[in-house]
Amino acid sequence: MHWEVVIGLEVHTQLRTRSKIFSSAATAFGAAPNTQACAVDIALPGVLPVMNQQAAHLAVRFGLAIDAKINRKSVFARKNYFYPDLPKGYQISQLDLPIVGRGKLVINTGNGPKTIAITRAHLEEDAGKSLHEDFHGMTGIDLNRAGTPLLEIVSEPDLRSAAEAVVYLRKLHTLVQYIGICDGNMQEGSFRCDANVSVRPHGQIELGTRSEIKNINSFRFVERAINYEIRRQIELLEDGGKVVQETRLYDSDRDETRPMRSKEEAQDYRYFPDPDLPPMVLDQDFIDAARAALPELPDAKLTRFMNDYRLTTADATALCQSRPLADYFETASTVCPQQATQVANWINGDLTALLNKQALPIENCPVPAIQLGQLVARISDGTISGKAGKKVLLCLWADSETAVDTIIDRENLAQVTDNAAIEEIVDEVLALNPEQQQQYRDGQVKILGYLVGQVMKASYGKANPQQVNQLLKQRLKD
Amino acid sequence: MNNFSLHSLSTALHHKTVSAVELAQIFLARIEQFSRLNAFITVDSKFTLAQAQAADQLLQQTDSGPLTGIPLAHKDIFCSKGLLTSCGSKILSNFIAPYNATVVERLNNAGMVTLGKTNMDEFAMGSSNESSWYGPVHNPWNENCVPGGSSGGSAAAVAARLAPIATGTDTGGSIRQPAAFCGLTGIKPSYGRVSRYGMIAFASSLDQGGVLAQSARDAAMLLQTMSGHDPKDSTSVDRPVPDFMAQLEHSLAGKRIGLPKEFFGEGIDSDVAKTIEQAVAVLKSLGAIPVEISLTNSPLSIPCYYVIAPAEASSNLSRFDGVRYGHRAAQYHDLIEMYERSRSEGFGEEVKRRIMIGSYVLSSGYYDAYYIKAQKLRRLIADDFQQAFKACDVIVGPTTPSTAFQLNAKAGDPVAMYLNDIFTCSANLAGLPGISLPAGFDQKGMPIGLQLIGRYFDESSLLNMAHRYQQQTNWHQYFPKGYQF
Repeated sequence: MHWEVVIGLEVHTQLRTRSKIFSSAATAFGAAPNTQACAVDIALPGVLPVMNQQAAHLAVRFGLAIDAKINRKSVFARKNYFYPDLPKGYQISQLDLPIVGRGKLVINTGNGPKTIAITRAHLEEDAGKSLHEDFHGMTGIDLNRAGTPLLEIVSEPDLRSAAEAVVYLRKLHTLVQYIGICDGNMQEGSFRCDANVSVRPHGQIELGTRSEIKNINSFRFVERAINYEIRRQIELLEDGGKVVQETRLYDSDRDETRPMRSKEEAQDYRYFPDPDLPPMVLDQDFIDAARAALPELPDAKLTRFMNDYRLTTADATALCQSRPLADYFETASTVCPQQATQVANWINGDLTALLNKQALPIENCPVPAIQLGQLVARISDGTISGKAGKKVLLCLWADSETAVDTIIDRENLAQVTDNAAIEEIVDEVLALNPEQQQQYRDGQVKILGYLVGQVMKASYGKANPQQVNQLLKQRLKD
Repeated sequence: MNNFSLHSLSTALHHKTVSAVELAQIFLARIEQFSRLNAFITVDSKFTLAQAQAADQLLQQTDSGPLTGIPLAHKDIFCSKGLLTSCGSKILSNFIAPYNATVVERLNNAGMVTLGKTNMDEFAMGSSNESSWYGPVHNPWNENCVPGGSSGGSAAAVAARLAPIATGTDTGGSIRQPAAFCGLTGIKPSYGRVSRYGMIAFASSLDQGGVLAQSARDAAMLLQTMSGHDPKDSTSVDRPVPDFMAQLEHSLAGKRIGLPKEFFGEGIDSDVAKTIEQAVAVLKSLGAIPVEISLTNSPLSIPCYYVIAPAEASSNLSRFDGVRYGHRAAQYHDLIEMYERSRSEGFGEEVKRRIMIGSYVLSSGYYDAYYIKAQKLRRLIADDFQQAFKACDVIVGPTTPSTAFQLNAKAGDPVAMYLNDIFTCSANLAGLPGISLPAGFDQKGMPIGLQLIGRYFDESSLLNMAHRYQQQTNWHQYFPKGYQF
């Protein structure tokens, strides 16, 4: 039997606000336990939530980026359940009227572009953290994270493979960082994903029973967890079994998913509108401000890079991965607008290699973009060879202040383009290699390469190779 | 003299005929002397006298206000920094509030002196003050009777003149009903007028802080300072607070008073009915024009209220889990048992009943039939008022169908107890301001309350009408026997 895989993702993105969604406590990561939990976060008797307008602004910005319906009126609801790291005994979330309605994201699959519908995106608060280590026989509670603003982005079950799910997730990950609403840090939990997975026989209309894999925090694990789950479900069904609707956890050490709780045990969250928060009503100015804050989106940038800079899809895609990288490229290109392709090659090649070696993001690149542009300009105007360019880049990496031209002078890297000077070296080399001269004249033209190499070596690499080539051919004809 | 108005106290303080410390001592002594009323949960004389000394310092300088040095009592539902704030519950019997409620903060800033925290029904759930973990409060007019609830401690304290004035809260009648039972003037302002920040939540969409006072004039004075937008409470409304005092003397000529036929039907004690008729006659003599109105859905306000209030309460009270503060069971084997034991030990019967009702009406499969239906009904009740206020300016009727009942008389019958709120809780459902003022006594000598309900944010008209009534009558000056100074 052929099985069709159906996947929908729920992604929790932590919004980049300085303070929490309903209190004024800071959201910074890594503080000592409970030092960033105020009276509201601890849920002292009598405290009340106040909506952080910046969180709403960022949510609207996301909605506009995915071409979604922005709900002018949205409602906060309480999701009631008991857990020690949930101080109020309920989580403030949105149920019936989320801030962001239906939108879409276009992803590139092996078969071309595919539109993935996004059902909704809603605001909610994060819970705290239970610390099970270091407390013998007890559990510690850290409420620093309690009340951190989250935007939960829910996709339709439009994804058809684990690989497709990862493409979607990566695209979303790039987008939320691009538009500045999330730092994208998966280790710190700023971007995490629940996957709803089901399978059905090819051609069947109704969906199979799904399981939900909770809290996956890396792209690799998303792919593995989904693939494990697909295999598990197909094996189960082919053995005549039934998939149970349940919540599962992915164990990356054992590369398997395990049940957490089934639908029968599912809690009744007793959702109801939060009476402490009036419906959030957004006016046109608020939405306009979010639109104004929206930068050029990755897809638009990609198209522009290909059209305006004549870049290949591969080059443009690589550069548009992150906004700082794309910005770096554009800044460098201002120095040598005609050499955009070369700039792209230098960035995607040598520079990226250097950055990767030290695990630096482009934001922390020691070489200023203008300097890289200058370097490419000097190669293209013939001042230095490409090989010398690599040396200049290393010099810039160590010392970003010195001008490219100063480095070329100091390191004596300028190409020799003076014909007389090159002729002199050519003559010396020919005098030292009478046999090779003869071989060339006898028709073994390949030997020319060897002679060019000798001239370059004698010039310490500074002679212009094209010139050397030409002069050698001329002399050997004489 | 047994009636010290806030105005007279203020004058005495500013003329230095009495100091804030002396005044505080007088009332602290009375609290001690009449401790049998059980009106207070916490009295901390050191705390009180320190505040009084600070007030005296302010009075020496020029930056004192009209309330500086005047003592008051706070219902134990308001968080007071450094004081036990129990909300009448065992589960908070060890909770020292680390911050001040906005109401407390504002009155502190005005230089007022806190005499203590008054007894109340547990989490404000009750109409007799019998659900308090700290025991019942006695009504100074007849100590075998209840003072009403949930602000029963505040009502008894002001009635017995253990405090010149007190704060209270009203979710379904919890200021107005005890004010009626204890012969006081009690105002519940419009929802959103007074900040709820630091006021321990019972039913968030209904709770509102207010005042229990000896007169409308005193109530106006305190409410003036308590009111106003608070950025910490998203449901507090950002609109200017009118000068309540300035409007007290306005004439009632031409004011239309609406008499809802539903408030004058069966089930009302004949003494109460007669008294309210007399009160209407007084208002008429002051120029008011009675008109008959109808609040068609108001008889349904009790079932509506007893779905919405418990629903919100069941969620609001989830935070009392023994994890971070409050009572935690001594013995438990795992997390679930810790929750179960801490909560079953910490909450009383009435609170548990409401948590169960509330959880039930919110649970999946019942939500539409109960919670959503109650919300629709709430809308209809509010619409009735909108309609009624086209024909009248203030609605007039009894606060309660009967006067204070005997202790334990209704303790075993929750529905009978709930019916105490029959005339009061519709104002909470509609978010409207309401005031109860003394209008006479029944044959047993127990006070009878007259209720006025106003338009949204029109506390001024209520205080004005109450004040004019009190200039014409002296019911508010009566004083329970045995409590003279």
